[in-house]
Amino acid sequence: MQKTIRDILARHGGLSVPVDQLADDGDLYAAGLSSFASVQVMLAVEEAFDVEFPDSLLNRKSFQSIAAIARTVGSLVGNAEAAA
Amino acid sequence: MTLSLATSLVERAGRVAAVAAAHADDVDAGARFPREAVDAMIAERLLSIQVPEVLGGEGADLSEIAEVCALIGQKCAAAAMVFAMHHIKLSSLVSHGMDSEWHAGFMRRIAAEQLLLGSATTEGGIGGNLRNSICAIEVADGRCRLVKDATVISYGAEADAILITSRAHPDAASTDQVMTVFTKDQYRLEHTQGWDTLGMRGTCSDGFLFTGEAPAAQILPKPFAEIAAQSMLATCHLLWSAVWYGIAVDAVARAQAFVRAAARKSPGTPPPGALRLAEAVNLLQLVKASTLSGLREYEVAKADPERLSSMGFAVAMNNVKIAASETILSIVNQAMLICGILGYKNGTPYSLGRHLRDAHSAQLMISNDRILANTSNLLLVHRQDTSLTG
Repeated sequence: MQKTIRDILARHGGLSVPVDQLADDGDLYAAGLSSFASVQVMLAVEEAFDVEFPDSLLNRKSFQSIAAIARTVGSLVGNAEAAA
Repeated sequence: MTLSLATSLVERAGRVAAVAAAHADDVDAGARFPREAVDAMIAERLLSIQVPEVLGGEGADLSEIAEVCALIGQKCAAAAMVFAMHHIKLSSLVSHGMDSEWHAGFMRRIAAEQLLLGSATTEGGIGGNLRNSICAIEVADGRCRLVKDATVISYGAEADAILITSRAHPDAASTDQVMTVFTKDQYRLEHTQGWDTLGMRGTCSDGFLFTGEAPAAQILPKPFAEIAAQSMLATCHLLWSAVWYGIAVDAVARAQAFVRAAARKSPGTPPPGALRLAEAVNLLQLVKASTLSGLREYEVAKADPERLSSMGFAVAMNNVKIAASETILSIVNQAMLICGILGYKNGTPYSLGRHLRDAHSAQLMISNDRILANTSNLLLVHRQDTSLTG
């Protein structure tokens, strides 16, 4: 999952540092993630993992780092599996 | 605040509004700072009403501050806008500076000395997007230094302190910003641009080259992105909308006076302009309702940083700004049609030229196109709340 998220960030994040130099818990906003780019990242993540973020998860914290995005997606995938 | 305090706040604001009214045309004609109105705010201690009581203020909430903005805005929009911008800056200190010893002490000073806060978020080369900086603050040996080509610092020459944004350090990304407080004795302003504008002439939003040095403790201890999302976005749109509502209220009051005067001259005949007045009052109520619902939403969300940073909240605040800034133009125009040539002329009891010119600033103070683009981006993932009352 981390690999896919890193690919998405490389394509849509508009970061000022190369993604492979970012730690999993590195602050994406400090790395230059703008509010516009964060929405593009959210869209790509939704598409890649076939999930939809509920409004309660559409905030800065959910997209603070690669690890945070993975946790956010994980909680949704987990819910979908639990519901299936 | 208790009810009696709130009542006295309206009375104090009324006294300031009376002073602002007496000088509004001169402030506008001379594009000069509304010194008399700001001195009246200082005399009434209105510059510190938002400071928490423990720090010597009155702990006023945003709705009370908005009421003051609207009351003064009915008489002199420029003076009201100075008051609004001061409190927008102060809201960042109250929301993000309480745990910082220096900033808490500074809020005490604001209350004791009635200091006026200015803002320097605009910079040459950033294209109007205040969430980007080119300049960077440099910290060494416990001191910070900053040079910024600030193309707009409203009432910069009159402010007692300036809250200024920059990149967090010389290697930081353009969006990795901090905000720092510099007091007047800690900076030098070199005048670069004047402010000869269509309206809002009294805000004296000149451009300056800012050079400052201060203890590093004066940097606000939160990323500017959080400050912008959690205090500035909401207070900006809500307090500005309150000022604009004030402009529209006075335009409608003048139009209503005109219609009533006509009705008294020929009882039994519906006066011309009566229907337009009804339409204008309808639009005015829409602006009021939208602004009030935004204020209510803010009061509910303010204790919850998550909610303040949420997309739904940003969309709602953006919408308040768009609605107020567009609708007041229709309202003032409608009032002008009602008052006719007496509204178009300066120096009559029905003059609306200043209202119309001031109102035109609303769509440009943070361009509506930029705000709509931001909202449309958020709507790609944010889903609308479909309930009426929620």
